[in-house]
Amino acid sequence: MKEFLEGSRAVAEIVKLCQPAVISAYPITPQTHIVEELAQFVANGELKSQFINVESEHSAASVVLGASATGVRVYTATSSQGLIYMSEVLFNIAGMRLPLVLTCANRALSAPINIWNDQQDSVSLRDSGWLQFYVEDVQETADFHLIAYRLAEDKSIMLPVMVNMDGFILTHGIETVDIPAQEQVNAFLPAYKPLYKLDPEDPVSMGLLADPDYYMETRYAIQETMKTALALIPKVAAEFSKVFGRSYNGLIEEYRTKDAERVIVAMGSVCGTIKEVVDELRVKGRKVGLLKITCLRPLPAQQICEALKNIPKIAVIDRALSLGSFAPLVSEIKAVFFGKNKKPQVISSFIAGLGGRDITKDSIREVFRLLTAKERTCEFIDLKPELLQENYG
Amino acid sequence: MFGPLIGKPATTRKNKTGSWRIESRPKFLQKNCIACKICLLVCPEGCITGNEKNTFTCDYNYCKGCGNCAAICPKQDIEMIKEDAKE
Repeated sequence: MKEFLEGSRAVAEIVKLCQPAVISAYPITPQTHIVEELAQFVANGELKSQFINVESEHSAASVVLGASATGVRVYTATSSQGLIYMSEVLFNIAGMRLPLVLTCANRALSAPINIWNDQQDSVSLRDSGWLQFYVEDVQETADFHLIAYRLAEDKSIMLPVMVNMDGFILTHGIETVDIPAQEQVNAFLPAYKPLYKLDPEDPVSMGLLADPDYYMETRYAIQETMKTALALIPKVAAEFSKVFGRSYNGLIEEYRTKDAERVIVAMGSVCGTIKEVVDELRVKGRKVGLLKITCLRPLPAQQICEALKNIPKIAVIDRALSLGSFAPLVSEIKAVFFGKNKKPQVISSFIAGLGGRDITKDSIREVFRLLTAKERTCEFIDLKPELLQENYG
Repeated sequence: MFGPLIGKPATTRKNKTGSWRIESRPKFLQKNCIACKICLLVCPEGCITGNEKNTFTCDYNYCKGCGNCAAICPKQDIEMIKEDAKE
């Protein structure tokens, strides 16, 4: 049923339909509305889940880790400092191959403290063994939670999935969103049947010490499973389309790239703004396009290569940094083309929208304007030079 | 693919951790042993066995070479020898 919903509310509605047995979270802006709604559903008796209040995100992640290990579906959500505080446990969850789903409302990291959107938090955890999706709008956010659970709980995957939605822009933005019926969700997402669980009748240990004789194989197994996931994601997305009528390939989205000469690569809600600018420039006869990266982990390298190999100029917009080096997303895009014969002549790197600075249509036009034969490295868009005057004695 | 993910009970026996031993291993001389069993009690791996005098030995599949048994033996009947030394 189509409803006019705040992004956070839409996530709560969709998670309710997934019926996790255990939810645990700690409030943090801009994620709070999601679990606030879920807590309300539980209190109202609309959702038969155990909602466990905790004293920190580290504990929230630990609670869902433990609950998941007992063989039930679980859910948590966080942002920014909360995600970083969870990070120790997040690596454990992936290492223990527990299929939980986490919503990250992307927000900048301190210091200085900033509650607004960028993607530094989740991008910093790209090496944790979690699958990572970055979504563009509220509908996609809702839909990718269903895809996330299906993937995570697939017997060939059994890895956690992080759905990343831009803080405020998507968590607090209100859009028309189609919330499916329970029967539809049940048809797409069967009840979770664990491969292994903590059970006193048949005791096992998880997350054991693995000495040098054993550790490497556990990491190799995750690396290989990521390849399996890469092949499975489009299949699950196709099944999703059959049940719900909205089609994604789950990995990337090519927007007017077929004959394009200049293409921006980006992740998250900024893709909506870029699409508008692309449409406007197309009317003026400019051959421009967008490649949206929906799935950062596993990285769909082959699909990115196919989509971009014939395009002369690429601009990559990063909403995060790897301070002191190349920006995270552009590093991956460049790595995709390293050693390839057919590749873009220019892959320029742009940094925009850190700490919630709006990426406007003008910002995107500026990126296209700067996308010339001269390759740019970490070019900051909308920087205020007057704030860089230093008066510290 | 999962790799060595789940531990069934009693894997402390299944996993041969003696490979951690790097320098030296205990040699049970079995000459002046009085069967006080202190070595058996202090062994952090619980891998020393024996009952009668001069019957005590350890399982090198698990022994880490810590040397506690040799240090505590009141009869100096256990000595630490180089890992690559011949018996």
